[in-house]
Amino acid sequence: MRQLLDWLDDRTGYKGLVKAALYERIPGGARWRYVWGSTLMFAMFVQFVTGIVLWAAYSANAQGAWESVYYIQNEMLGGWMLRGIHHYMAQVTIVLLVLHLMQVLIDGAYRAPREVNFWFGLGLLGLVLALSLTGYLLPWDQKGYWATKVATSIASMTPVVGPSMQAFLVGGAEYGHHTLTRFFALHAGVLPAGIVLLIVGHVYLFRRHGITVPESKRDKPDGWFWPEQVLRDGVAALIVMATVLALVLWSGGAHLGAPADPTEPYAAARPEWYFMFLFQWLKYFPAGWEVVGAQIIPGMAALLVAAMPIIGKWRLGHRFNLGVAASMLFGISLLTWIAYQEDGNDPAFVEAKAKSDSIADRVHELADSPRGIPAAGGLAMLRADPLTQGPLIFEANCASCHRVDGHDGLGNIPEDDPSAPDLWGYGSREWLAGLLDPDRVTTPEYFGNTDHVRGRMARFVTRAIPGFDEQQQADLQKVILALSAEAELPRQADADAAESADIVEGRVLITTETVDCTRCHTFGDVATGDVAPVLTGWASREWMVGMVRNPSHPLYYADNNDRMPAFGDEGILTEAEIGLVVDWLRQDWVGAPGVR
Amino acid sequence: MHETDSSSEPRRDFLATISAIVVGALATMGPLVVSATALVDPLRRRETSDAMVLVTKVSAIPEDGTPEKFTVRMDRVDAWATDANSPVGAVYLRRVGSTVTALNVVCPHAGCFVGLMDDRSGFACPCHRSSFDLEGAVNDPSSPSPRDLDALEVEVRNEDEVWVRFQNFLPGREEKVSV
Repeated sequence: MRQLLDWLDDRTGYKGLVKAALYERIPGGARWRYVWGSTLMFAMFVQFVTGIVLWAAYSANAQGAWESVYYIQNEMLGGWMLRGIHHYMAQVTIVLLVLHLMQVLIDGAYRAPREVNFWFGLGLLGLVLALSLTGYLLPWDQKGYWATKVATSIASMTPVVGPSMQAFLVGGAEYGHHTLTRFFALHAGVLPAGIVLLIVGHVYLFRRHGITVPESKRDKPDGWFWPEQVLRDGVAALIVMATVLALVLWSGGAHLGAPADPTEPYAAARPEWYFMFLFQWLKYFPAGWEVVGAQIIPGMAALLVAAMPIIGKWRLGHRFNLGVAASMLFGISLLTWIAYQEDGNDPAFVEAKAKSDSIADRVHELADSPRGIPAAGGLAMLRADPLTQGPLIFEANCASCHRVDGHDGLGNIPEDDPSAPDLWGYGSREWLAGLLDPDRVTTPEYFGNTDHVRGRMARFVTRAIPGFDEQQQADLQKVILALSAEAELPRQADADAAESADIVEGRVLITTETVDCTRCHTFGDVATGDVAPVLTGWASREWMVGMVRNPSHPLYYADNNDRMPAFGDEGILTEAEIGLVVDWLRQDWVGAPGVR
Repeated sequence: MHETDSSSEPRRDFLATISAIVVGALATMGPLVVSATALVDPLRRRETSDAMVLVTKVSAIPEDGTPEKFTVRMDRVDAWATDANSPVGAVYLRRVGSTVTALNVVCPHAGCFVGLMDDRSGFACPCHRSSFDLEGAVNDPSSPSPRDLDALEVEVRNEDEVWVRFQNFLPGREEKVSV
């Protein structure tokens, strides 16, 4: 072994390199306050390792980014921790960078001959912020999508080159596949390469100039980097890592919102906390002044910081620099605090946040169901979800006449009375029992505010049914069971199966003397009446879709249709939208009782 | 301060050295273990479906005994994407009399897609010149394939439906081992 190492050393000189790296003399001895640079190196190491493993599972395209991150987060062994470490270490890195910078400023370690190294450090800070910004978009969820849009919009406001710059960054006029491939190339390729180069330069210059030792400590005996300082650095790294792990465990990992949707407003769009001051700052600039707020003033501030080594040469320069740094830190903290204060006190934001959380939860429920994420992606999956889409379609198209459980689909009670039946539970035994209840059929809940209040159905219910004897009442109950079974409602499937004998009897009773629906309705092959909607498959998905498509179709109300538009035939709703609202009314969605 | 001279090598503090190594290892262990775990995640996802799948109708296979290539479609979960009726592979189906036989199109040598020879006398692999007769048996002593083409279980249901148990097998070994 020793021979082998000697051979290797002879050919490479690695021993000298190791010695040079480890046996650095530290004037005044190893100290805890020197650990910050090393904790940053450690943070970078963790980001590289976790980043590469995330890379091995990530897909940079608009139909795969959110989906692959979902997979990392929820399917891969330890994936949520992997992503959580990467996410929180990124934030801890920002904190460490600020601490490191503050220490350099306070110690005056930026002064000659260390100016260039100070600039390297500022360059690293810039690159880390750029990594945060690009990384925020990669999961392609609503939060990252809309927050990053703000950043690239600001880039587009740059005088002269703005629009080209945005197209260059975004990979075209609009956000899409190429936005992800380009951001990913920056995040995993260009920026890390820049980081490595600058770190090499930073550490080289640091070794060249040595540690900045405070006057008071210079008389103490020298110490060594290995193992004394490394031990302290290691303990600091361990504390950093423990903090990150604690954050991951406490939060359950990094959040993943609903998939990015350019058509869905996202009022809860906010940047990460360390950019919140800029977010707040931008609120104070009126239209046309965004460039000043987002580019010129921050740019000047950055230049001022970069000029600190030169300013520091003046007699009062160092104090001036400290004053500037303290003011900036104070200003940034204040803006951040105001931003969170304003959001917390803004009911609209709180509501938007709650809504976005509930949609995110729903998306996770859909993706986690046996149906999984379709090849078309998470957004397509969400758009095909009756539970979230049905109410929106109902509110926009149906609620001007109908209600569901008294409201408009979104929980609001409209001022105007409904002019058509309440459709919540349509097809169920309860709904049908209400229709056939002499006390309820003429209320606004059913036919009250429609033409049908004067029709033969209402007449039959209000005049014939009150006179039913006990046997006839029992028959009516079986008819209700049989008709409701036609709907094949998922949540009633068990009950329908349990009472199949009564349902068989009921099917016969539909066409016979007592109740005799077929005097007006068609049922199966019994078509004696044929003046009212067909009852074969009544309230089934197919029946309802047909009804919404065109209520005046001969199978439905034909000439007796009262005001309901032909939503499908007139092109008001697409077939898919009709399906969504029908599935929602039938309570046929992933996670509902009885739905596979 | 740039010291590389070995004469300046410090006296080693044993306790500090051991502590530095232990602490450093502890700090790096967390991210390394989590990363390694996620990286080997695919190893626990070896299960593949070997259910019978409907491929075609008997009447679609040439009567004269010439093999014909058919696409096999089944529901597949590809990492995050659940894809119904997705093309997962292909088989050569051949009809001799009333029996139907199925061969996986993948060459057992190195996994290339085996083609039907122009004169339809057998199969030839375009990669390394493995060649097989119409039954799928290796028919050339110089053929690099370690075994015959992989026959798959076939069932004819309802008189006309051809159902195949679609499986892939590890290449490069004499015995059939399903993937």
